[in-house]
Amino acid sequence: MLESGNRTFHRKKITVVFFLCAAVLFILFLRLVYLMIAKADYYGGKAVELHERERSIKAARGRIIDCNGQVIADNKTVCTISVIHSQIEDPETVIAVLSRELSLSEEYVRARVEKYSSIERIKSNVDKEIGDRIREYDLAGVKVDEDYKRYYPYGSLASKVLGFTGSDNQGIIGLEVIYEEYLQGTPGTILTVTDARGIEVEEAGESRIEPVNGGDLHISMDMNIQSYATQLASQAMETKEARSVSIIVMNPQNGEILAMVNVPEFDLNNPYELPAEATVSENGEAIALSAEEKQDLLNAMWRNGCINDTYEPGSTFKIITAAAGLESGAVTPESTFSCPGFIIVEDRKIRCHKVGGHGAENFVQATMNSCNPVFITVGLRMGAETFYSYFKQFGLLKRTGVDLPGEAGTIMHELENIGDVELATISFGQSFQLTPIQLLTTAASIINGGRRVTPHFGVKITDTEGGLVRELQYPVEEGIVSEETSALMREILEKVVSEGGGKNAYIEGVRIGGKTATSQTLPRGSGQYIASFIGFAPADDPQVIAIAIINRPHGTYYGGQIAAPIIRQLFENILPYLGIMDYNGVVTE
Amino acid sequence: MVKKKKRQGQSEYFFDYSLLFIVLFLLGFGLVMLYSTSSYEAAQKYGSSTYYLMKQLRSTILGLVGMMVIANIPYHFWERFYGFGYLISVVLLALIIPFGHESGGAKRWFRIAGMSIQPSEIAKLCMILFLAVVICKMGKSIRSMKGFLALIALPLPIVLMVWKITSNLSSAIIIMGIAVLMVFVASPDYKKFILMGLAGVVGVALIVFIIVNMADSGSLNYRGDRVLAWLDPEAYVSDKGYQTLQALYAIGSGGIWGKGLGQSMQKLGFIPEAQNDMIFSIICEELGLFGAIAIILMFVMLIWRLMVIANNAPDLFGALLVVGVMGHMAIQVILNIAVVTNTIPNTGISLPFISYGGTAVLFQLAEIGLVLNVAKRIQLKEV
Repeated sequence: MLESGNRTFHRKKITVVFFLCAAVLFILFLRLVYLMIAKADYYGGKAVELHERERSIKAARGRIIDCNGQVIADNKTVCTISVIHSQIEDPETVIAVLSRELSLSEEYVRARVEKYSSIERIKSNVDKEIGDRIREYDLAGVKVDEDYKRYYPYGSLASKVLGFTGSDNQGIIGLEVIYEEYLQGTPGTILTVTDARGIEVEEAGESRIEPVNGGDLHISMDMNIQSYATQLASQAMETKEARSVSIIVMNPQNGEILAMVNVPEFDLNNPYELPAEATVSENGEAIALSAEEKQDLLNAMWRNGCINDTYEPGSTFKIITAAAGLESGAVTPESTFSCPGFIIVEDRKIRCHKVGGHGAENFVQATMNSCNPVFITVGLRMGAETFYSYFKQFGLLKRTGVDLPGEAGTIMHELENIGDVELATISFGQSFQLTPIQLLTTAASIINGGRRVTPHFGVKITDTEGGLVRELQYPVEEGIVSEETSALMREILEKVVSEGGGKNAYIEGVRIGGKTATSQTLPRGSGQYIASFIGFAPADDPQVIAIAIINRPHGTYYGGQIAAPIIRQLFENILPYLGIMDYNGVVTE
Repeated sequence: MVKKKKRQGQSEYFFDYSLLFIVLFLLGFGLVMLYSTSSYEAAQKYGSSTYYLMKQLRSTILGLVGMMVIANIPYHFWERFYGFGYLISVVLLALIIPFGHESGGAKRWFRIAGMSIQPSEIAKLCMILFLAVVICKMGKSIRSMKGFLALIALPLPIVLMVWKITSNLSSAIIIMGIAVLMVFVASPDYKKFILMGLAGVVGVALIVFIIVNMADSGSLNYRGDRVLAWLDPEAYVSDKGYQTLQALYAIGSGGIWGKGLGQSMQKLGFIPEAQNDMIFSIICEELGLFGAIAIILMFVMLIWRLMVIANNAPDLFGALLVVGVMGHMAIQVILNIAVVTNTIPNTGISLPFISYGGTAVLFQLAEIGLVLNVAKRIQLKEV
């Protein structure tokens, strides 16, 4: 037995030890309360962040559909192959299978398989069949994710209009860019819970936010017309050995564009593939291109000449000069002129294209003859200020607002810099530049009764089920020219085709109006020309207006001879197709 | 001064069922939590979700058998082995140098017949026995300064060996702590201990201060880094702070009621080997503050029960044995929870009866067996 005195202090001390321990444990308990209540949200949140992996589910991009319901931009399922380092069990087999199936070099695959990372992408945009085949090997650590890839069933048709998408399914050029917000949709997410190695914990389940697919874009383009126009343009480019040929077909009443061709087009399904002549030299060797050079060539290939490039319009601009002249009262159809083959403005002698001159002619005849001195006279009569005010009124000086990216503006002299010489040259379409779409839109506005329409492709957006999401509206400006002037212009331009310089566009039994042009490429004096023609039908109630521009043809380069026939062939085919062929009211002499 | 007392004619046979129940509860609870914590990793690593559970169950059963055997051997039987026990500790620790089995970067184990044995666990039990006997032998001379210093000096060789040879600072601290507590109980003095405590606090504060100031010079060893990681675990998340931070995530996710048994996320590899030292964080995550308090209370009851037995022990030797065990349990529980909650720098200390570890549970049960035998000798009239 312990001695009682000792015993007391031992007991006391043991009790002290107990209470010391209990006190320390109580402090730890308080610490736990702090951690598990005060800091619970902080640490708990961090833990959830650590456990949850967010995988996004791509939304299917909206399709692009032509006016007949043909799908011209679609999605196809492709696969992305990736490897998860920590899950790979048999790296050698994985390397062998992947390099074989994906036709990749073994070193390339090995570097990725052996890289220590949570997930490593081996290849994307793999065909679904190959993806399925890889999935059948059932290799641990190999992930096959399905994804959408943009697919253009018509290949190169309307390439520069439609545009294409990049690796993230985002629009790069064309309509794909402009309508990105409707087309792209909203990606969904899968939240999964994973263990420390990134393996999904099955029983934890996953929360899923479904993606919202992009809306379908319905455009006014008619693939049949587009396809035929492309054919005509390609033929012309080939036979005339031209650098490029552009055709725009539009409804002048509302600005809906039915076709827009810029040959050479490019393959939308391989938009990064340069044409052979850019990558292979004449002696058959591959040209080494720097990244920058390649990008420049690609940008040039993707350029939409109808919208992004300006040119000197030449005689087709006389439509505007005539409309301004008639509207201002500077000239009437009956006004008579005399063309000696040239006109002297200040100290310059400006020649008419007909060296001997057209002699005596009224304004209608002068238009049919495309007589420069007459138009110069009209321009000078109006004076720079009046003429310029009509440019503004017609909307020539601002952009058309077409729903395509990168529209170029009109390059026009400042009013205060327009002397008589400048005024004279502007009158017959020289010394300034505009885009084909600008010229066509202005011409359409003049002949449609004076309504400035906005050229456009987009008509409406629907959801995947076809429900209307949005009807697209475009501004229309009334009263560009008076109804009378518009009617007069239609009449005069019809005569240009039926009797004047545009007779190559004449179709028996159809009332067609139009104007030819032959202009020089800039800088002047290169001996290169641009031949063009604007035509519309029916002349009394225009339902379709079209422009054909042949850039740098070889041989004959007159617009009346090479561009007008293109519009004739086009109209011969599309007018019956559009149901607006008119066999009756042909204006006779 | 210890004398064997014959207790003939004692009709009331006492067995401390309360202590037994507390220990059995902790063991059972420990096995459930061990399975919950380790099954995922065990299935991933060994293809069997019960890999760790079965190993621990084997040790536990063996330990329980051992406990019952020891509980029936009069505790004075062990008295004669005190010198031998000390020697054995020294020899085993020394043998670690040539024969030790390395695991996780530290050489701490012997592998014998498929079982790992950790000599530092044996050393703890031997130290309790050794000091209990020595203190009893010293009698009143313990009150002199010389006696006090001798008692503090005696455990030092073992402590240093555990620290340096097995690079196991935590076990060294535990052994030293047990020794100090036993001397504290045996000595009537308070002043020395208060001074020691104060000196300890100042010393620790000074070390932390020096380490923090050295942090920029980059000349710290890994223990220094641990201190820095303790102060700001999130700045050392990829390295020394990782385990601590992961434990804090687990504790924080638990909230008041926990995620439910088996629902821990952090055990899925985020806390490496969570079944060892970090098992308490998983208890917090799954059972919440509620479960954590329940466990802490169980340990408080265990210590309280040990106190009662020590206070009523028939002699000083018995009392000191129980005090040693009590100190061992208390220190380990406190340090473990303190580490898991990042109250002190991270150092590997397991939670008695609950953490995975065969040797530990075996020797802890042996200690309980010893206590049960001391309890048996209590004259009921005095309780």
